[in-house]
Amino acid sequence: MAKQVGMEVGIAAAEAVGLCNIDMAAVYPITPQSHIAEHLSDIVADGRIDAEFVTVESEHTSISCVSGASATGARVYTATSSQGLMYMHEILPIVSAMRLPVVMGNANRAISGPINIWNDHSDIMPQRDAGWIVFFAESGQEVVDMTIQSFKIAEDNDVMLPVCLNMDGFQLTHTVELIEFPDQKEVDKFLPVRKPFATLHPDHPISMGTLGMPEIYAESRKSQDEALINSKKTIFKVWDEWEEMFGRRYKPVETYLAEDAEILLLTMGSMGETAEIAIDELRKKGMRVGLVKLRLWRPFPFEELKAVVKKAKLLIVTDRAVSFGGSGGPVFIEIKSALYHEKERPLVYNSIIGLGGRDVPVRDFVKLIEEAAKSGEKGIIKDYEYYGVRG
Amino acid sequence: MKKKKWPETWQEINPGCMVFEPASARGYHTGSWKAQRPVWDDSKCIKCGVCYIFCPEGCISQDDEGFFRADLDYCKGCGICAHECWPGAIKMVEEG
Ligand code: SF4
Ligand code: SF4
Repeated sequence: MAKQVGMEVGIAAAEAVGLCNIDMAAVYPITPQSHIAEHLSDIVADGRIDAEFVTVESEHTSISCVSGASATGARVYTATSSQGLMYMHEILPIVSAMRLPVVMGNANRAISGPINIWNDHSDIMPQRDAGWIVFFAESGQEVVDMTIQSFKIAEDNDVMLPVCLNMDGFQLTHTVELIEFPDQKEVDKFLPVRKPFATLHPDHPISMGTLGMPEIYAESRKSQDEALINSKKTIFKVWDEWEEMFGRRYKPVETYLAEDAEILLLTMGSMGETAEIAIDELRKKGMRVGLVKLRLWRPFPFEELKAVVKKAKLLIVTDRAVSFGGSGGPVFIEIKSALYHEKERPLVYNSIIGLGGRDVPVRDFVKLIEEAAKSGEKGIIKDYEYYGVRG
Repeated sequence: MKKKKWPETWQEINPGCMVFEPASARGYHTGSWKAQRPVWDDSKCIKCGVCYIFCPEGCISQDDEGFFRADLDYCKGCGICAHECWPGAIKMVEEG
């Protein structure tokens, strides 16, 4: 039977990994991911699971280490945050290009500078084009569920790609939540032992990570792109299986009161829960507002997003990272260009919020939506704005 | 049928560009790169094997008499063997 426990989400993430029958993990601790690293190493050291925990000297090494182990057919896990993820950057596109299943938790934190350990999405956004499957979790329950799902998705031989599961640092990782844990037997049934497509083994020599001459480089990039796009099918299949076994439904684009909404707010990650309360307040005032929550960032769920937003008059996209000198935040850039060819499409407004741990309480969401609605009525849509910035 | 040098279409690319045929690099003749080739003067050679050890292509081998020669299909003409041979038994000469 599934049991419900009150647990800090970072610890719960490690507990979820502990249920997944991993062979090895290499995790370098960094705030606010450290509790994942510490607790997972405890789980291994206490003999609760039969796995190797490799204590590495850096994130460049942790990601390299798990990739090498994945190439031998092992089930592997790593986790990081902020500067750690930036330090992995060189290796990230190699992992996906080599089609190595790796599951990585990322406790989202602002990148330097100025030095800042608090939450936003500026760490994951520069990794956008690394060819990974990228998820955002909204709650502790989703962190646990999606950690387990991620192994199944990554290791599917129709996918064979690394997965990054984002969870907001502190706001999510350090919050104690009531979480339902599936029991070991159920997880074993949902997630059987990995059956690798190919492995490095001295008895059956093959080569991985080879040179690609100009004659094949473009074809190899195209085939990798197709693999990532194609992974959507497996992601949806795995979510269906999850719902069947555990009763919780996962969708690439979640909505809240979006059906008849004229104004839609779009969030990613833990802010969705606060935004729901703001939507409730505005609905009480008679405003037809709704919420769209993006769970799947790569491969981007174009059809699903378009279907949800096409009837709205105004779409307010929130970004928690800056694309300096660009046309807006990264999420906004993606969505605006996705809608360019659509006949039916809302005006799109971009608000950059919650940078470097700046709180965005309910009243800010209310104000943000009301202000955007006013300028939307007048048809004035600025490129992008830093919400609540002083000066 | 002539064996293809590389996959024709993106659909033919192995996942992750994995190569399932061991030692398939043998089919790639780095010898076509060279502008110079090593020529041995066996009268100076002391059969120390240093050229054999240093050749980055691994294309130098020892003959029955214990002297060394490069397989010119793979010798890329880098000149490392000639540089390392301290008795000066190897000379790089222009190709063609
Ligand atoms: S390095 Fe020079 S001396 Fe030594 S084996 Fe090679 S050719 Fe002969
Ligand atoms: S020139 Fe370079 S590649 Fe050719 S035999 Fe000498 S060391 Fe080897």
